[in-house]
Amino acid sequence: MKNHGYLVIEDGTIFRCSLFGGKKKTFGELIFNTSMTGYQEIIYDPSYKGQIVVMTYPLIGNYGVNSQDNESYKIHFEGFIVHNLSRVASNWRSEKTLEELFEDNNITGVEDIDTRKITLVLREKGALRAGIFPDGDGNYKHMLEEVFESPSLSGRDIVRDVIKKEPYWWNNEGRYKVMVIDCGTKYNILRLLAKKNLTVYVVPATYPYEEIIKEKPDGILISNGPGDPEPLDYIVKTIKNIVDRYPIFGICLGQQILGQVFGGSTYKLKFGHHGANHPVKDLKTGKTLITVQNHNFCVDINTLNDPQIEITHINLNDQTLEGMHHKKYPVFSVQFHPEASPGPNDAIYLFDYFYQLIEDAKKN
Amino acid sequence: MPKRTDIHSIMIIGSGPIVIGQACEFDYSGSQACRAIKEEGYRVILVNSNPATIMTDPDMSHSTYIEPLIPEVLEKIIEIERPDALLPTIGGQTGLNLAVELSEKGILEKYNVRLIGANYDAIRKAEDRMLFKQAMTSIGLDVPRSGIACSIEEGMEIGKGLGFPIILRPSFTLAGTGGAIVYNIEELRDNLANALEVSLNNEVLLEQSVIGWKEFELEVMRDIKDNVVIICSIENIDPMGIHTGDSITVAPAQTLSDKEYQKMRDAAITVIREIGVETGGSNIQFAVNPEDGRMVVIEMNPRVSRSSALASKATGFPIARIAAKLAVGYTLDELTNDITKKTTACFEPTIDYCVVKIPRFNFEKFPGCDSCLNTSMKSVGEIMSIGRTFKEALNKGLRSLETKVFGFESKKLDMELDDGLKYPNPERLFYIKKAFDEGYPIDKIYGFTKIDRWFLINLQEIWFFEKELYMASGLSIDIEMIKKAKELGFSDVHIAKILGKKEEEIRDLRKQYGIMPDYKMVDTCAGEFEASTPYYYSTYEQSNLLTSGE
Repeated sequence: MKNHGYLVIEDGTIFRCSLFGGKKKTFGELIFNTSMTGYQEIIYDPSYKGQIVVMTYPLIGNYGVNSQDNESYKIHFEGFIVHNLSRVASNWRSEKTLEELFEDNNITGVEDIDTRKITLVLREKGALRAGIFPDGDGNYKHMLEEVFESPSLSGRDIVRDVIKKEPYWWNNEGRYKVMVIDCGTKYNILRLLAKKNLTVYVVPATYPYEEIIKEKPDGILISNGPGDPEPLDYIVKTIKNIVDRYPIFGICLGQQILGQVFGGSTYKLKFGHHGANHPVKDLKTGKTLITVQNHNFCVDINTLNDPQIEITHINLNDQTLEGMHHKKYPVFSVQFHPEASPGPNDAIYLFDYFYQLIEDAKKN
Repeated sequence: MPKRTDIHSIMIIGSGPIVIGQACEFDYSGSQACRAIKEEGYRVILVNSNPATIMTDPDMSHSTYIEPLIPEVLEKIIEIERPDALLPTIGGQTGLNLAVELSEKGILEKYNVRLIGANYDAIRKAEDRMLFKQAMTSIGLDVPRSGIACSIEEGMEIGKGLGFPIILRPSFTLAGTGGAIVYNIEELRDNLANALEVSLNNEVLLEQSVIGWKEFELEVMRDIKDNVVIICSIENIDPMGIHTGDSITVAPAQTLSDKEYQKMRDAAITVIREIGVETGGSNIQFAVNPEDGRMVVIEMNPRVSRSSALASKATGFPIARIAAKLAVGYTLDELTNDITKKTTACFEPTIDYCVVKIPRFNFEKFPGCDSCLNTSMKSVGEIMSIGRTFKEALNKGLRSLETKVFGFESKKLDMELDDGLKYPNPERLFYIKKAFDEGYPIDKIYGFTKIDRWFLINLQEIWFFEKELYMASGLSIDIEMIKKAKELGFSDVHIAKILGKKEEEIRDLRKQYGIMPDYKMVDTCAGEFEASTPYYYSTYEQSNLLTSGE
């Protein structure tokens, strides 16, 4: 028999649902993701810390999970909502079912729920806090109160909750040394750097700039990560101190950090961009890339007044900032995920470009 | 780029008579294209030998010729009308083949008619089996081993080297005409003559069999600026060896992980670029070995196809309409998504439902015809259904076939069970159902059918629920069971049969308890953006909404 429970959204919307996996009470900001494949990579993406993810595609779990496609050392998010969970996994690489993964990791999943209705609520009202409650956890009013008491994403530093506290080598052999400022990096960023024959040394976002300089990196990558970029002043400070010294590549949260370094400010989008079909125009080539995105916060394009900053990429759906480049320094960033995983590889060439910048800097 | 101003009149070739493999889907695409081009202010000259089409309605084009689709007639029309351009990618294989003939005969050059959409070289490269394989190998993509034969002797020689079974694929044919799977030397000899005969250039490809592998299709669009997007992925429930037109198919693909899907997507983009389809849509087919994930490219159609019509309806993205706009010079990012009216057409649709296509056969009309399914298409039509789950869509689809079946029911069958599973045939789903009745384990059914276990288990879940419902038939009706049945796509008739009631009784009961369909949108974006011109499908999903936040 299935265990039942409730999804309670802070606007007062309450759904009856079934629970799987850890089946425990959990809270988070509710967001929807429109990717049709890639649930495993989404589940392991540290950027979802603090969030409960609703998949708009209704059939999830079909191809199971495997040990190669993880994007972090553990699952960080707060919960997962699907319309219909597949009890059977059919794929030659599958090692266990999604249900088993959730049970093994004590993660709460929700099924038998109208995910489209939830999506429309979020589209109308923006990202909202929500709670998942197993049966017998009090009345509606009580549950709603608990949701109100749960923390919101805005103004909180949750990067510290997902990162490894000590530096580590991902790949200790390579042509040039890249230091990854880990704000909650997806493994595929590290994999792609290593594949480009780069040494990859991962340091926590809290790493002081003096130490970075001591390590003599050839290039810096500021990774993706969860939550509100505004309270991350310590990372902004670190980067300010090294921005003119190394080639720097910022991805997602990395762009939001660089945006602040260059005097811009960030704001929260209504319900964010979470999906694998976002069209981004490369202003240099005029061509459109289909990108995978996962962000609630964004650099306000109107606050980027530094004349040294050139806007390189724009979102075709809502004209928000997707990429920028410093005119003098080899420093650039994108809001989307060029590392894909999940999602299209259209922008993977940016890793070649980063390599080129490092090589050029070494030659001069 | 704005639309082209160097051309003013465009000739469109329709797909001609309705035959197996080329039916009304090309009228659907053709009408979309005529409208799209006409509204851009170009003069449209339409040629189609079939007057029983929408595209030949008087207001669809500026001048319409209902004439035989042969080069001699087309030349005369070109002489009279002097079109600046010819759009050959809308009229199925007929349109494409005619464009090749007109090019080769020098007619297009003589009258200075440009091919738009796909040029001669691209069509050749995509349609000529050997050129296509060479192109695939040159971009590092895997293809089944093969050889090309222009005579029976050559064919026999190649056949010995490949090992059986072998697939015969004549070049430049439609719906796999003349194609066959041969299992031994005798069958090879018997089939070669016919295959050579039906090929436009008397050429046949002999290919290593990937029978039993999983089959996928991607619908790809490209514009003149080289933007490429994937509109839809389609997974064939039936494995390789059964023509796509005869396969039960599902959109989107269900059993590919993201890593595998992206590999296929990357391959499709490389293929459309390499073949050089400058603008418009193409359909690219892949086979995947279920044991180790090895992926091979099977073929490409550099034109709108049966599958693109399906993909359009499945996603809300009008492929033929957009293809026509791209052919006259627009780029994807200059066009808007017709459904949201706000977002761009340069994106990849995402859906929040499951689409099933089931072919409709009509062997009663063809007595003596072998009803076993192979690489030649035999179905005469198809249905498409939408549900929130595969199970719901399949059950809805089966009753739309109008074959007096009201869902995944039991049916009287002629063949021995094992044969019915082993030899692909129009009733294969019902043999699978019988296999469940007989207690066959999934692996045994998989061994016979090579239908992916994910689909088999979903079918088994429908079967299992039917049993549960039947067990409850003596008792008073449990309303929760009826709700569940509707969610799984059971029709009232089917429920009534299981419970030994009348259809009306079930319907009345349902209404009494408020079990009514919900209507959800086909909006290209899974609800992310507001839709201004969506369409709807019905589903019995229980929303389980207790209170809303209003």
